[in-house]
Amino acid sequence: MANIDELQRISSQVRRDIIRMVTSAGSGHPGGSMSSADFLTALYFNVMNHDPASWTREGKGQDIFILSAGHLTPVYYSLLARCGYFDVSELGTFRKLGTRLQGHPSVDSGVPGIFQASGSLGQGLSAAAGAALGKKLDGDCNRVYVLLGDGECEEGQIWEAAMFCAHHKIDNLVAITDWNRQQIDGRVENVAGLVNLKGKWEAFGWEVLECDGHDFAEILDAYAEAGKLCGKGKPVMILMKTEMGKGVDFMEGTHKWHGKATDPEQCEKALSQLEETLGDY
Amino acid sequence: MKQYVNTGNKDTRSGFGAGLHEAGKADARIMALTADLEGSLKMSDFAKEFPERFIQCGIAEANMIGVAAGLAVTGKIPFVGSFAEFVTGRVYDQIRQEVAYGRTNVKIAASHAGITLGEDGATHQTMEDIALMRALPGMVVINPCDYNQTKAATIAAAKYDGPVYLRFGRPGVPNFTPADAGFEIGKAIVMNEGTDATVFATGHLVWEAIQAAALLEAEGISLEVVDIATIKPLDEAGVLASVRKTGAAVCAEEHNSAGGLGELIAGVVVEHEPVPMEFINGGDRFGQSGTPAGLMEAYGLDAAHIVGAVRKAVARK
Repeated sequence: MANIDELQRISSQVRRDIIRMVTSAGSGHPGGSMSSADFLTALYFNVMNHDPASWTREGKGQDIFILSAGHLTPVYYSLLARCGYFDVSELGTFRKLGTRLQGHPSVDSGVPGIFQASGSLGQGLSAAAGAALGKKLDGDCNRVYVLLGDGECEEGQIWEAAMFCAHHKIDNLVAITDWNRQQIDGRVENVAGLVNLKGKWEAFGWEVLECDGHDFAEILDAYAEAGKLCGKGKPVMILMKTEMGKGVDFMEGTHKWHGKATDPEQCEKALSQLEETLGDY
Repeated sequence: MKQYVNTGNKDTRSGFGAGLHEAGKADARIMALTADLEGSLKMSDFAKEFPERFIQCGIAEANMIGVAAGLAVTGKIPFVGSFAEFVTGRVYDQIRQEVAYGRTNVKIAASHAGITLGEDGATHQTMEDIALMRALPGMVVINPCDYNQTKAATIAAAKYDGPVYLRFGRPGVPNFTPADAGFEIGKAIVMNEGTDATVFATGHLVWEAIQAAALLEAEGISLEVVDIATIKPLDEAGVLASVRKTGAAVCAEEHNSAGGLGELIAGVVVEHEPVPMEFINGGDRFGQSGTPAGLMEAYGLDAAHIVGAVRKAVARK
């Protein structure tokens, strides 16, 4: 289990991976990958009960993670590789013809660590709810984690799933929202307006935690608190307050890097701000 | 010709309910999910015996598909049930992403398919569902012909490892196949052997085709009737063997012309063994309110219309 210093070093490397992957591919989604890099690093390296060596898609005896915001593959694949699900050298194949590392997660291509295909927004919370129910039926006390984007919460199915989880008392599920307040077309508040996101989840019957998604001490506290809330009859949501593009000054706080790759020059500039801690792939 | 006896009209959805219950007894991984249509889908026997494996999802079909996919990830075998329109057209993307591309072992149980849903009218009468489900890579599409076959197909779907679309209906229709026939996915079933033309029928139109064969026998036309209970994967060898023998074909389905059984079989026949073909289907239009029998006649799907189509196909030889 990595401590805060180690988590910081890992997330710096993960951010380098993200920038290098999208630059090499000439496409991809760096903005949300950077905003979720810290809390996902903490999840994979400190919180989740998982073992790459014995991984199976059924996830028996381990925690399950589902990436509902399926475009965040740069951060997802980097973390899976850095955890040992596959060799980091494979990250160089991201989005290229014949790769297992498809633009959005695929189970077809057989990447270990991926439980479900995703990419069409708004669907992962439902799948996570089903997986959590499956674990309950099996008497498996492990948890299901799912990551949503804040813009993704404009999809109606999210709220169908929100009702379902509360009604069925799915209390082995921890949902996380990357609350970076940006989406492709601009600021969330200008595009569709989530208005009182916390109040919405509470009204739907969830336990809701808020956290600075770039402060590892707060992140670990939030996961610990979420763990304590599990098993008490309610699903849990952690709203991670983040900045899109976090870690590179010219990418921070704007929607412009949601789905746009850095060019080689921008890549160099970005990498100069991110320490290489574990060795580039 | 071979004689079939209608042992009494029964709804195919009850065949599904009975098959689900039996499959559920045999395998504890089987689950049933519905979106506020437990009664319509005849899931109550299963729900009573296995309450922990029955999930009421409320009127939220999109979420139901996703929940089923998640259950399947953990090794369960979920059947999701609603009206055919609401578990296809309404949730096409969810099925595409979570079930087909996601390679999850989810069974989609689609009741009240076609126009014979009746009086509720076009909003509830899907005539496009076969086309939608056929288009998905890896999806098995089954449309059984009566109560017994629907029950057997449900049990076969439960044992099959992969996504299945299982289509059945609301009204009582003749029950005439043997209760012990079993069901083999992907096999065209020759119901009646003939030499002058073949009717490839699916769903309860198989019964109409058998009636047509009896009517045509009197005028000296020998009609082969083939039950295409599995639309995908299609038994191409079975289809071609029959048209090579008879030299003319009619396709009969309770579905619109676009993307249905007719286009599917025509593609195979044109490629390998071109013969005169005629088509019995709903055309390119929506349904409307009416009794099931009245709609079958109005939309040209009954035995009398099949007889006419066969005469035309034979005359073109």
